[in-house]
Amino acid sequence: MKKIPQKEIHKYLRHNKKFPHVWCPGCSNGIILATIVRAVSELGYEKDNMAMVSGIGCSSRMPVYVDFNTLHSVHGRAIAYATGIKMQRPDMKVVVVTGDGDGTAIGGNHFIHAARRNIDLTVIVINNSIYGMTGGQYSPTTPFGDLSTTTPYGNIDPVFDICELAMGAGATFVARTTAYHALEAQDFIKQAFEHKGFSVVEVVSACPVIYGRLNKKGDAPAMMEDMKKRAFPIQAFDKLSPEDKKDKYKRGIFRKEEKPEYTAQYAKLKQSLIKQEGVADDSE
Amino acid sequence: MSTNEVEKRREGTIFKKSDDNAKMEVEINEIKTEGDYKKSPVYIYHDWCVKCGICVKFCPTGVLGRKPDGSPYVKHPEKCIHCETCDRLCPNFAITGAKR
Repeated sequence: MKKIPQKEIHKYLRHNKKFPHVWCPGCSNGIILATIVRAVSELGYEKDNMAMVSGIGCSSRMPVYVDFNTLHSVHGRAIAYATGIKMQRPDMKVVVVTGDGDGTAIGGNHFIHAARRNIDLTVIVINNSIYGMTGGQYSPTTPFGDLSTTTPYGNIDPVFDICELAMGAGATFVARTTAYHALEAQDFIKQAFEHKGFSVVEVVSACPVIYGRLNKKGDAPAMMEDMKKRAFPIQAFDKLSPEDKKDKYKRGIFRKEEKPEYTAQYAKLKQSLIKQEGVADDSE
Repeated sequence: MSTNEVEKRREGTIFKKSDDNAKMEVEINEIKTEGDYKKSPVYIYHDWCVKCGICVKFCPTGVLGRKPDGSPYVKHPEKCIHCETCDRLCPNFAITGAKR
């Protein structure tokens, strides 16, 4: 008789959906979904008190499978929708799951302005270096020289560093991890949930079927092995020689600081205006 | 949508449940009880497995082997140290090495 493993995750999945999920074999999105669910489970948040918002893309299929309040919105505008939810219900934990193309190319404007406002959202950017769902177009994070269906002779655009972008725009919690380091990802996502303010967690993921196939990166385990070799903790990365740094990247928490949060500021403003109006009413 | 309707939905009375889903829910409840599930240190749910090979590659002690069709099987059950790496890295929630 068949039994289902991973009890913890099944508590949060929608069992009326078709499983196994739509993602290609070896895609890291499933791993990241599991880390998010484990983080929520560890923090003990109620399902009704969570909202998961997404745009369009492979990673944005994630809210379909979890039993939270979910919203599958338009391409790139997930953060705009999430801002609306957060303004209406500041007590709710709002998590935005977005991809590199969805979050930083099409929704780049929303991303930087939400970071500037420091509104209490948790944005998980799943960076697979390509637009997977729409057929393998190059994205702002496709490495220099790599192939995609729209750059058949190699990409000549420089790469976007999502963490640097978020820090430049004023996000107060910025971290990067990979799908291979799932336990670390779980820890960072947990910290991001607990942080008051705009928090960004970039999770480097593997797309073995489109990006991996076009660039001859091998199958899913090979791509994850590659992550293991190339992602260095911040301190270890700084010790490397400039030549070694070339094809490596940092992982870890880049920034964690306290700043006035947007919904709190808004509530304060509202209260002060109600007070003022009350005084005005008395005088009339 | 009224609260009543929301509750109905949550219970799954509005959505049509296929036989598989109903079975699945029963199975989740049965995890608590003892049975075949307890005999092996690693449990693989083959219905959800997509044969990507991640669990076989990243098992630190080499518990798992791969069949010719690519699906994993428990090769050396005595080697399992319950580190749950397979559990965490499976993209389809189809394997667990948790201690029970």
